[in-house]
Amino acid sequence: MMKKRLKSFSTAVFSLFLLTISLSVKAGGGEGHGEKFDPGAAMLDHIADAHEFHFFTVGEGHDAFHATLPLPVILYSPERGLDIFMSSKFHHGEAIHNGYKLVGHDIVPVNDAGEADASVSVYDFSLTKNVVQMFLALAVLVWIMSSMAKKYKSGQGVTSAPRGLQNAIEPVIMFVRDDVAKPNLGPKYQKFLPYLLTLFFFILINNIFGLLPGAANVTGNIAFTAVLGIISLVVILASSNSHFWGHIFWFPGVPVPVKILMLPVELLGVFTKPFALIVRLFANMTAGHIIILSFVSLIFIFAEMTKVAGVAFTPVSIAFAVFIYIIEVLVAFIQAFIFTNLTAVFISQAIGDHHYEEDVHH
Amino acid sequence: MSLLTPHLGFFVWTLVAFVIVLLLLKKFAWKPIIKSLNERESNIANSIATAERVKQEMAQMQSENEALLARAREERGQLLKEARDTKDKIINEAKEQAKVEANKIIAEAQVAINSQKMAALTDVKNQVGKLVIEVSEKVLRQELASKEAQEAHIKSLVDEVRMN
Repeated sequence: MMKKRLKSFSTAVFSLFLLTISLSVKAGGGEGHGEKFDPGAAMLDHIADAHEFHFFTVGEGHDAFHATLPLPVILYSPERGLDIFMSSKFHHGEAIHNGYKLVGHDIVPVNDAGEADASVSVYDFSLTKNVVQMFLALAVLVWIMSSMAKKYKSGQGVTSAPRGLQNAIEPVIMFVRDDVAKPNLGPKYQKFLPYLLTLFFFILINNIFGLLPGAANVTGNIAFTAVLGIISLVVILASSNSHFWGHIFWFPGVPVPVKILMLPVELLGVFTKPFALIVRLFANMTAGHIIILSFVSLIFIFAEMTKVAGVAFTPVSIAFAVFIYIIEVLVAFIQAFIFTNLTAVFISQAIGDHHYEEDVHH
Repeated sequence: MSLLTPHLGFFVWTLVAFVIVLLLLKKFAWKPIIKSLNERESNIANSIATAERVKQEMAQMQSENEALLARAREERGQLLKEARDTKDKIINEAKEQAKVEANKIIAEAQVAINSQKMAALTDVKNQVGKLVIEVSEKVLRQELASKEAQEAHIKSLVDEVRMN
């Protein structure tokens, strides 16, 4: 029942998604009839961050109507100071505001002549569409979880059976606790459980929000995954003990030359682990979006050959895109699980290698 | 904002957001939820343990009851047997006593009969003696009315005494 509903829901969501994508892809590809449709540029444009939510564009050139939701731009420049204004001031890259110009998705400082000014450095703290969407997703997450906590506090789910949303969220929490935290961290799991739960739901909710039509690709952004990876590294290092460091600097149970050989390898391993986490999440989510966009782009590539080919290929393209979209829903959960589980594994390596120690000394 | 270069602004916002969300959820969500789940689990575990204990107690009580019942039945049988024995004993004793009493009464009655018979016989003897004396007196009075008769009689009597 639930599965069926989820399926029809995702199908409905996907149809909307397709609609917005196809409209904007067409708008992007249609600029100037002479230009060829560049699928690579269109796709990268869609998975990149932006200073506005862009839904579709009607018309061409200066008369074009852009259906967008402008977002606040916050710039700090050591030379020019703080600057806060709405992204609509840029008129989609056509206007210069306060000495800043939008080039592609980047804001660059310009001089009076309108050329890029290399002498001015600028730090962009804008509430871009990724930031805004992330805040929205997190607000929803905090609201869901605190309302659930309120229910539990009132006794529902403790002395009586859990109801409604509790039945959906509780198994996930139990899963993180019983299948991620407990088997990896053993008796010390309670100390890390809040972090692991937050990590899991933080990734999951942003993955899911990223799948909504017209939404930003938050978890497929390297900055987002870098933050999570670095936090994981900090947690791993903060919880590490002497066994962990002894293992790295003086690998036990091997001859001295090998110990020396192992030192750089092990030391590098400390950083490659979170780096792998960063790249894995980023690549998986971005790849998913790119595949869906590729299937949609195929329609326009075929349409550039002949209109008939474009129309004929549309159902095939949509069928594949729907298939990938459903897989992406699965991937949203799987990647959240993998990131959390591997973090737990790395923490467990850091907090104790007691089994290993026993093996060596006996 | 190229695909592979992290964007500073988004990086900072994500960091801030993660830390705030972690603190918020830790305080307002995970703590109460995990506490409630643990509470519920221990409740369930306790309930199961209690149910198991009660079941065992029930089984024990049942076996105890059965043992008790068996013992009660045995006691009842014993009591009945004892009662029967006692009854028989009482009856036998009563019979014995009755026999003894009866014998005693019969013996007494015989003694009484004998003594009364003896008394009656004595009485009859006395009566007969008296009657004999009276009759004899009367006869003698008749016979010894004359002087010669008296003397003759005395003489015979004296003869008789001499013979003895």
